[in-house]
Amino acid sequence: MAESSSNPPVLSVRELCKSYANTVAVDGISFEVGRNEIVGLLGPNGAGKTTTINMVLGVLEPTSGTIHIQGVDLSKRRSQALEYTNFAAVYAPLPGNLTVVQNLRYFGMIYGVQRISERIEALLQEFDLVRFRDTKCGVLSSGEQTRVALAKAMLNRPQLLLLDEPTASLDPSTARDIRARIRDFTANGTGGVLWTSHNMYEVEEVCDRVLFMSRGKVLLQGDPRKLPHEHGKATLEELFITVAREPLALEHP
Amino acid sequence: MRLSRAAAIVLRQFYLLRGSPSRVFPLFVWVAIDIVLWGFITRYLGTITHQPGMDLLPALLGAVLLWDFLTRVMQGVTMAFFEDVWSRNFLNVFATPMTITEYVTGLVLSSIATSSVGLVVMLVVAGAVFGLSMLVYGAMLVPFLLVLFLFGIALGIIGTAVVLRLGPSAEWFIWPIPALLSPFVGVFYPLSTLPSWMQAIARLLPPSYVFEGMRTIVSGGSVSWTTVLMGGGLAVLYIVLAALFFNRVFRLAVRTGLIARYSAESVS
Repeated sequence: MAESSSNPPVLSVRELCKSYANTVAVDGISFEVGRNEIVGLLGPNGAGKTTTINMVLGVLEPTSGTIHIQGVDLSKRRSQALEYTNFAAVYAPLPGNLTVVQNLRYFGMIYGVQRISERIEALLQEFDLVRFRDTKCGVLSSGEQTRVALAKAMLNRPQLLLLDEPTASLDPSTARDIRARIRDFTANGTGGVLWTSHNMYEVEEVCDRVLFMSRGKVLLQGDPRKLPHEHGKATLEELFITVAREPLALEHP
Repeated sequence: MRLSRAAAIVLRQFYLLRGSPSRVFPLFVWVAIDIVLWGFITRYLGTITHQPGMDLLPALLGAVLLWDFLTRVMQGVTMAFFEDVWSRNFLNVFATPMTITEYVTGLVLSSIATSSVGLVVMLVVAGAVFGLSMLVYGAMLVPFLLVLFLFGIALGIIGTAVVLRLGPSAEWFIWPIPALLSPFVGVFYPLSTLPSWMQAIARLLPPSYVFEGMRTIVSGGSVSWTTVLMGGGLAVLYIVLAALFFNRVFRLAVRTGLIARYSAESVS
């Protein structure tokens, strides 16, 4: 049930901070992810992207600020808010000692998926996993494991899909296939995606909007196809390198 | 609370057990070996000692069986949790709508299933090979098992919380916990054998009441319900304290980012 409005953005982050003893990992960032929108969260290593995603996933408590998923306050109604989400991350593989179907059933039960067997069969078809249904995930190739992780991420038809470098370690052909599926997800449903990647070509191709983070702050945001020119750069990659090396130049133009 | 989420934890254990003899055998092989070993020791001791009114079989072999049951209950909880540790599954599990209560309930249900297998095997081996009938404990058998079960669950939850707090490598602190407690609770000897400081600790541990009660019954006495209730009350108290401890550690893990970090780290 939405708290703030009848049709809230799928993700609303306000003044989000996370600090440790001597480090500010995320420094007062605010952004939204709308329906049918793919938002890229970009930045150099240590910029605060994964910290932000972990806070949205509810496994890291913010020092201050709020996170609303589908209008539900994550800090107050964690379980309900997380029913609207799912995620896939390269550093969170599914248990390798369970088969594809076993993993999907296990997580399907946790996410409260209705008619779970039908849903699993549909996802096996959609992600071309039928021949691996009884194969243990640990013996699948990187690309196959990514497809399983994405199938798991789609189990509950999430309104907010969080993808942390989903195409890292994939060959170009598989990565293109994965990108197409994610675009289908936003085009054919009502959900939105928060996507991190270091592949600027991929970001330009997939994302409707990007947020550039550096040192815990959002320095820039906009259309990835226009943003480089707005800041005097030829490509998104050049802009990325400037953000990584000279963030102050962009912070105080 | 949604039971289907707790059931998912149990289902996962079932999948793992079904496909893995190396997980199935420990459920009953070690306890069966324990019963056989102690069964022969008991038989031998019976031939060299003749204490009137004292039947060694239920006093010694029965004690081994009850202690192994407690150990299996505790390990049932911790093993289910360690599966998530070993497969670096923390992030996948804790970034879901599942609550901590549902997760811990799933671990407990898994333990009930796995420890029941061990209990049945021990009862069968002890009865068939050595003629031990647990019915010798009479109506007290059920409360004895219940107290040990509850305390085993409490130890299991405390063990999982310690690993969640200290990291995957801390699992080696957890395995020896029953061995550390056994001298205090008088599994094989009366508490009066212990020095007074150990007796003071023993009075705080629920299994002490079970093993003292067991020896009282074997030597022809009767156990008061007050004694059993003391053991049961303490076991319930430890469960509550263990749940609070786990909840506190989980909150700390969420505040400090431990869950995300353990998923990203290798198990070392």
